[in-house]
Amino acid sequence: MKLRTFRIGGVHPEENKLTDDAVTQVAALPKQAIFPLSQHIGAPAKPVVKKGDKVKVGTMIAEAGGFVSAPVYSSVSGTVFKIDTVFDATGYRQPVIIINVEGDEWEETIDRSDKLETLSAHPELTPEEIVERIKVAGVTGMGGAGFPTFIKLCPPPTAKAECVIINGVECEPYITSDYRLMLEHADEILVGLELLMKASKVTKGYIGIEENKPAAIKLLTEKTAGNPNIEIVPLAQKYPQGGEKQLVDAVIRRQVPAPPAIPVNVGAIVQNVGTAYAVYQAVMKRKPLFERYTTVTGKKLKNPGNYLVRMGTPMRDLIDVCGGMPEGDNKVLAGGPMMGKALNNIDVPVCKGTNSITVLTDDDAKRKTPQPCIRCAKCVSACPMGLEPYLLATASSLHDWDRVEKEDITSCIECGSCQFTCPAHRPMLDNIRLGKSTVMGIIRARNAKK
Amino acid sequence: MNKLIVSLSPHAHGNDSVERNMYGVIIALIPALLVSFWYFGLGSVVVCASSIAACVFFEWAITKYLMGKEPSITDGSAILTGLLLGFNLPSNLPVWIILIGALVAIGVGKMSFGGLGCNPFNPALVGRCFLLVSFPVQMTSWPVTGQLTKYLDAETAATPLSIMKHAIKSGDASVLDKLPDSMSLLLGNPGVNNGAGTIGEICALALLLGLAYMLWKKIITWHIPVSILATVFVFSGLLNVANPVYSNPVSVLFSGGLMLGAIFMATDYVTSPMTGKGQIIYGVSIGVLTVVIRNWGAYPEGMSFAILIMNAFTPLINTYVKPKRFGEVKKEAKK
Repeated sequence: MKLRTFRIGGVHPEENKLTDDAVTQVAALPKQAIFPLSQHIGAPAKPVVKKGDKVKVGTMIAEAGGFVSAPVYSSVSGTVFKIDTVFDATGYRQPVIIINVEGDEWEETIDRSDKLETLSAHPELTPEEIVERIKVAGVTGMGGAGFPTFIKLCPPPTAKAECVIINGVECEPYITSDYRLMLEHADEILVGLELLMKASKVTKGYIGIEENKPAAIKLLTEKTAGNPNIEIVPLAQKYPQGGEKQLVDAVIRRQVPAPPAIPVNVGAIVQNVGTAYAVYQAVMKRKPLFERYTTVTGKKLKNPGNYLVRMGTPMRDLIDVCGGMPEGDNKVLAGGPMMGKALNNIDVPVCKGTNSITVLTDDDAKRKTPQPCIRCAKCVSACPMGLEPYLLATASSLHDWDRVEKEDITSCIECGSCQFTCPAHRPMLDNIRLGKSTVMGIIRARNAKK
Repeated sequence: MNKLIVSLSPHAHGNDSVERNMYGVIIALIPALLVSFWYFGLGSVVVCASSIAACVFFEWAITKYLMGKEPSITDGSAILTGLLLGFNLPSNLPVWIILIGALVAIGVGKMSFGGLGCNPFNPALVGRCFLLVSFPVQMTSWPVTGQLTKYLDAETAATPLSIMKHAIKSGDASVLDKLPDSMSLLLGNPGVNNGAGTIGEICALALLLGLAYMLWKKIITWHIPVSILATVFVFSGLLNVANPVYSNPVSVLFSGGLMLGAIFMATDYVTSPMTGKGQIIYGVSIGVLTVVIRNWGAYPEGMSFAILIMNAFTPLINTYVKPKRFGEVKKEAKK
């Protein structure tokens, strides 16, 4: 049988899944934990603690700062050291709460048992109650973008959700945190999916997994054998299948129209497997989002592995556990090599969206010198959004904003397939990002005038 | 601690390179090159070697002394232009004419626009067409295959294309009986009778092998070669059915520079459209123009002109033919 996949473009990066057999280990507690107030898309959270306050594991330290926002919980117990600004993974100064760690005392409300709670055992959970618990627990998308999860479950009145799609694709090279999570917590993820389905009032759920993870496909297929409402969808391997729009296209054969349309406009609510697990814990165990699965990986790293990490742990601690920074020129990424952010400082903390810390060394870390565009059209074939990257990049570098807007630059998902495939090593996405953010600014200003 | 390297994503690359593609095309041309040595011997060696050497030299000299830049001849594009120019010439052409052709191809066709990636027309074809209009006698006397040790003094004969043209002009379908059969056209006109043509076009099979290699290595896509060949086949098939003075479509497909042009010249990255749809429009137009020029134009061969004409339309095609955007289908369905 031909496996499903998305229909336009795509590339095949080298997998480099070095850690797919590494059983997840619990990372040691840090001495000091750093909690950025902006770990999600939307307004930053507002601190509700002050210097010198005692906190426990699971204590809310910052509340949601608006409708599109999420609270932040402490992942450690100890004393608030200070509320300050530091450079975060994006390279900007961001407000943070720093906590000195003392012991490991948890809030009593959190159920720390391993007992599996099923949805059928809890008929009292109404959709509204589920959404509320997800909102209170500060659950945001764990795949990277970090959109507050509860908002996705409350679609605008013009759209109607028909299914929930769980994203177990993990098409980024190197990263294995979602894969390990699926193997180690399949039951919880399935309950999480049921909760998401109930919360969004749909009866159909899918889990999309790429064919390079046969163990996860087999395990989840076995566990859902008796459940006609949940379908495990094996997908042909292709990057960027983990992109929301690509996944919807691959799984239910519907294409989300150009922005501002979102997946729910074609009936789909997409959540990452990590998010499904966090939803289970938030709703069933009353455990706010303060720890996550993170892969620490790199070809030159001595002991790459998967870790259950308390958020706020500096990335340096994790790299040290894996054998420290390799010799040579390194590039440290929050995320994988296709979409990850290169860090200029490895003391930044693991956040809600940190699925991986990837260390690239020497040649892998460096770009090659760009050559002239030979117009081979490989970027056009690779673009999963059906755009013309060579044109967008050139017009952006010439600051022809009208032209790039007409050429649908705002549809770009910044997956990097164009630059990955370019024989001339042209820095296309750099220019396209410039054009896209400028055009978005122009559109916002135009709408504000109206 | 060493400094950390910072750049925007993506941080991975597929390891494709300009060199890989250029040398890939050159590898795909090797079967045809070997076949040309086999059929034309010394003449082919002299013409191809001087053409390649001249193109590389002119590119190096112009980049270094006129443009004041670091020469980039190692990227393989000048070698490729030289090889393709040589393939488009008769094997008894004197070296001084080849030098002029190479200078026009590289100097006018490529470097005057800014070098690799900037030229609107296929440089090898610019050189060839310049020679064709400047030296019509030397450029249209075709040595017969099998004279391995002869160069300037090789005996010449009419090509299959001139026989076809003669049939149309005289209105006498029996002229076509002189054509070699399709199998020998495919393998490279092995008989002394009527076996003639440019260096590279002589064996369709070798060129098709090159096509298979380039498709396998994903250097080009099927759109351009298939649309050109299919268009020529269908168009000349219809003509053949309507009037037997037009040759049968199989012979048309395997004769002249059609294969060479469709597989190696029209697919030149720089001068062909960027989208699959655009490439099909481009290919079909080249096919139609080729058949029109071959049958009703002044020259027996129309491939080079057809490609150059469509090269000129490539920017227009790129402006108006867009790839299908993600989600577009849905939008139209709603309306």
